Amino acid sequence: MTDPVGQNPTAEPAILQLKNLRKSFGALKATDDVSLTLRRGEIHALIGPNGAGKSTLMRQIAGGMKSDSGTVHFAGHDVTPLSTVARARAGLGRTFQISSLAMEYTVLQNVMLGALGHEGGAMRFFRPVMARTDLIEQAMQALQRVGLENHAAKRTSDLSHGQRRQLEVAVALTLSPKVFLMDEPMAGLGASGSKRMTGFLDGLRSEAPILLVEHDMDAVFALADRISVLVYGRIIASGTAEQIKADPVVREAYLGAEDVA
Amino acid sequence: MRRETLLNIVLFALLPATALAAWMLDEPFIITLATKAAILALAGVGLNIALGLGGLISFGHAAFFGLGGYAMGILASHAQSYAPLMESPFLIEGTKSMPVIWLVAIVTSALAALAIGALSLRTSGVYFIMVTLAFGQMLFYFTISWPAYGGEDGLSIYVRNGFPGLNTLDPLTFFGVAFAVLALVLWGAGRLAKSAFGLALSAARQNPERVETVGLAPYRLRLVAFVISGAITGLAGALFADLNRFVSPTMFSWQTSGEIMVFVILGGVGRLFGPVAGAALFILLEHVLGGLSEFWHIYLGLILLLVVLFARGGIVGTIAGREVAHD
Repeated sequence: MTDPVGQNPTAEPAILQLKNLRKSFGALKATDDVSLTLRRGEIHALIGPNGAGKSTLMRQIAGGMKSDSGTVHFAGHDVTPLSTVARARAGLGRTFQISSLAMEYTVLQNVMLGALGHEGGAMRFFRPVMARTDLIEQAMQALQRVGLENHAAKRTSDLSHGQRRQLEVAVALTLSPKVFLMDEPMAGLGASGSKRMTGFLDGLRSEAPILLVEHDMDAVFALADRISVLVYGRIIASGTAEQIKADPVVREAYLGAEDVA
Repeated sequence: MRRETLLNIVLFALLPATALAAWMLDEPFIITLATKAAILALAGVGLNIALGLGGLISFGHAAFFGLGGYAMGILASHAQSYAPLMESPFLIEGTKSMPVIWLVAIVTSALAALAIGALSLRTSGVYFIMVTLAFGQMLFYFTISWPAYGGEDGLSIYVRNGFPGLNTLDPLTFFGVAFAVLALVLWGAGRLAKSAFGLALSAARQNPERVETVGLAPYRLRLVAFVISGAITGLAGALFADLNRFVSPTMFSWQTSGEIMVFVILGGVGRLFGPVAGAALFILLEHVLGGLSEFWHIYLGLILLLVVLFARGGIVGTIAGREVAHD
């Protein structure tokens, strides 16, 4: 199999592979012939200015949006025709840019939902779910890993913006996915929170590779094994942090020549 | 003890206390009213699973209420005329036994809910409301134009159906039967709300995208909820028919769907004992206001308006405060 991005054909095989994905809204090309891979053990960051089509691309991968053409291969299967639910079951663990949580629930209940999903279904009608100590243990473990264990009993709508991002990550953790798709997990975290999350994601890549959309460039340059730059729906450059920093096209189109030290 | 738990105990005790007091005062009509409240509350408990837990605004639950009613009417009318329902390929006879009638009512309305839900749950919002309404109206006009079982005039059953070992002709005994069914279903609905299914269903109401992302399908959760909901309302329909010893197409009318929805909204959407409070208040108003004026529905409408505008949690929500979803 050829590596469409073509950096390193001898490296780990790709667990997630996008081939020629396209999506248009009228005349606007939100995703324009995007191909990229995610290999085991890596963090592949996707950066680009606002409106570059990062979130649209994430939705095409996770299943919330049908592509006009192109395919998504995941863990050796073509998942392009599959629904969001089926892709989640296959092992795509997603976090949202705008927190997507059950707001009336407590923090713990949101994570329990993930644990239920991981268990394979919710068609149990009689036993109180909050008496399932095994699931609660899984949920609390996930909360502990993102640093929310002291907020388990809080109502989700009472969480700060940053805490909601952490909760999104905790729910994804309970799914034990094969791949993480994370859309701006650092947004709203503040300096110390960002630092903690950066350290956490750094360790997480050995469990499952991460396709990371992020605006925090310090975090991106610290974490990413590879970076792809998306502008107007197109990948204009792809490479290591050093290559991207040095790329004149990227400097011109996105980073802004004077911003990069 | 939590305030809502306390309130639930009071609400739960209210109906049997009323029935007992009426029995001691020798007021059988009031026992009948308490029985009616218990049965209508049961219909509301059914709707509340779809509406409160699942967020499915069904405006067609009269379909299940009516199916339960006609399950009773058809079986009992064949039993009283000694004419079998069908003779080939196998013999099915009518029955006057409540447990059998209940089972038929539950199975029939569950199957109908499966078919109606499978289609209507592909839509959402106002379309879902309209599709469920349309199914209810279809059954309404079908029963009107179906002469075999009374058509527009409905079906009268001369003697109330029996329950093994009980004298159901005695008003207090029949109240006991209806109330026992309500209590059992309330217990089951309470367990359901706290179960894994309840957690996922309610999450699908709050945020379907979240539920999909953890690999659970909202459509399946909602369909199962709709079937359970329809089955309970169907059971209530069978009991209601037995209370009146009469069934008619009115049970299928959209006004019936609206009334069941009113019990839930008055009492508190998504609250376990909401429909009990709502149905009891409805019956009370019907008889207090109904005695004052023929146009008591105007006052009911006014009260409903006030509840929707100023007391969003209904009676239970206003007294017990913000919900603690699971504990």
